[in-house]
Amino acid sequence: MTSKEALAHPASSAETAPGIPPGAVRGARGRGAPDGAPSWRSRLYRWDTKASPYAFVTPFFVLFGVFTLVPLLYTVWYSLHDVQLSALDHQSWTGLANYKNLLSSDFFWNALRNTFTIGVISTVPQLMAALWLAHMLNYKLRGSTVWRVVMLTPYATSVAAATLVFTLLYSWDGGMVNWILHFFGVDPVNWRESDWGSQFAVSSIVIWRWTGYNALIYLAAMQAIPADLYESAALDGANRRQQFWHVTIPQLRPTVLFTIVVSTIGATQLFGEPLLFGGVSGTKGGSEHQYQTLGLYMYDQGWIIGNLGKASAIAWTMFLVMLIIAAVNLLLTRWLRRSDDRG
Amino acid sequence: MTAADLVLPEARSGRRRATKAGKQLHAGPVTYVALTVFALVSLAPLVWTAIAASRTDRRLAQAPPPLWFGGNLFKNLETAWDQAGLGTAMLNSVIVAGAITVSTVVFSTLAGFAFAKLRFRFSGLLLLLTIGTMMIPPQLAVVPLYLWMSDLGWSNQLQTVILPSLVTAFGTFFMRQYLVQALPTELIEAARVDGASSLRVVWHVVFPAARPAMAVLGLLTFVFAWNDFLWPIIALNQQNPTVQVALNALGTGYVPDQAVIMAGALLGTLPLLIAFLLFGKQIVGGIMQGAIKG
Repeated sequence: MTSKEALAHPASSAETAPGIPPGAVRGARGRGAPDGAPSWRSRLYRWDTKASPYAFVTPFFVLFGVFTLVPLLYTVWYSLHDVQLSALDHQSWTGLANYKNLLSSDFFWNALRNTFTIGVISTVPQLMAALWLAHMLNYKLRGSTVWRVVMLTPYATSVAAATLVFTLLYSWDGGMVNWILHFFGVDPVNWRESDWGSQFAVSSIVIWRWTGYNALIYLAAMQAIPADLYESAALDGANRRQQFWHVTIPQLRPTVLFTIVVSTIGATQLFGEPLLFGGVSGTKGGSEHQYQTLGLYMYDQGWIIGNLGKASAIAWTMFLVMLIIAAVNLLLTRWLRRSDDRG
Repeated sequence: MTAADLVLPEARSGRRRATKAGKQLHAGPVTYVALTVFALVSLAPLVWTAIAASRTDRRLAQAPPPLWFGGNLFKNLETAWDQAGLGTAMLNSVIVAGAITVSTVVFSTLAGFAFAKLRFRFSGLLLLLTIGTMMIPPQLAVVPLYLWMSDLGWSNQLQTVILPSLVTAFGTFFMRQYLVQALPTELIEAARVDGASSLRVVWHVVFPAARPAMAVLGLLTFVFAWNDFLWPIIALNQQNPTVQVALNALGTGYVPDQAVIMAGALLGTLPLLIAFLLFGKQIVGGIMQGAIKG
């Protein structure tokens, strides 16, 4: 076969040899380089091997650098300046004034408190429900895929759509939730105005959207637990419930930690749900700021009030809060593991 | 169907189920009842959105609430499409979420492959940087992005929404985790020995092997991009909104007709639900394969 023919049928060998992907052609050998000096082809080949990894990671790092890492540093810079939406060209150095302003603002502490409260009441029940749901989905079920897809539909609902529906369901007069409560003889709750009521309502949107998603993550982890662990537990005389507490839960610990971290990050950034739930006073998080989260507070300060320097300071504070929570999480797990080892 | 199906969960879990069949207990009636309650709670708000969107009433918050379909669905959808600007918004969101999804999947696969299988200088350090920046909240970038956008005179244009989200640290890490275990190194070496160029290897070896994970990452990215609220609401106004921005205006504006608001909500979530019904099995499979692990 001449080299011309080899070029004309580049995939001939691949066609006859299953298992070798098309394109991984054996033509190169047929077109051997002349003896002696390495040909331009092999030099090109070697250069290709060396340079290609950089070519593969470059698009990612360029785009990521320009649109995430560089802005990050600029945000530090702006947080130390007075930047007003109304006069973007007049930026003056103010040092830590934005941060001082922030720490002396009642609305900031209120937003921090709300973010924490809503975060806890949306994350804790959500993950517990997800664990229970995963446990049930782990049985042999008729139509298991259908169940799983159904549990995941809330995740595929747009945030705005879900919030609009829930807002209507939580209406003060004539909303379905109060109608159901009335049916059971409970007084109607003002879900929009009351402190705990509105925070619960906002949290319920988060719980509804994410429970199924986390349940599937837990289910995946449950199915990966080796069966012999259960067998030896059964031999030791553990019943189903004891197996769940002494085998399933410890085995799931890394997964649970992962979902806690991810949910925490989500809770810190909570924005769309309270914004839309608040209707006209959305960026304030209700008439009394009763569900103004840090995300809302930042948007309100930056683009409604127009103080972009302060908004930058809020953004960095949010990041700091997140890091602290992540660190606490890590320490807690370490401490739990250590006490487990001792127990 | 395709080669991707060969590695998709049905085949795998089938094998897994065979080995676990003896140990896996059948669900009892109590479990079925509890699961049905979960399923109803998951579906009820969506079903009620459709019911509400089909009514003639302008006020839906009434006792007793409407619990069955009216005959006004198409008229309400039309009103939402035209008057609330949902038509433009849908097209914009499809463009934005589509562009972000394609770019994230392609670039994440390339970078993920390099991190998983290739040797290059600083690779460990760069991977650490990628993992370390996964936690960065979007709030940390929006002020500078907004100021750049104002300088460029790009406010209210779609590329402004698309550009900052073209890649994600999560996507790259996700693809790396998948390719480390799903792509046999021998396969790449064989192709290299045969003199295939890197591009050929990527096209004929890496992409086919990465397909299941690409589908999952694509869906996750699409859902994320479709739902993104913060940056679009800063970058766009009501003349040229994405779906979330348009729905926000619809919900916070003074539209007295609640059936139209619900029709808007239904429209705004329909593309996601359709995508989900088409690929739901795959995304469930992707999560079940443990692709979405920390």
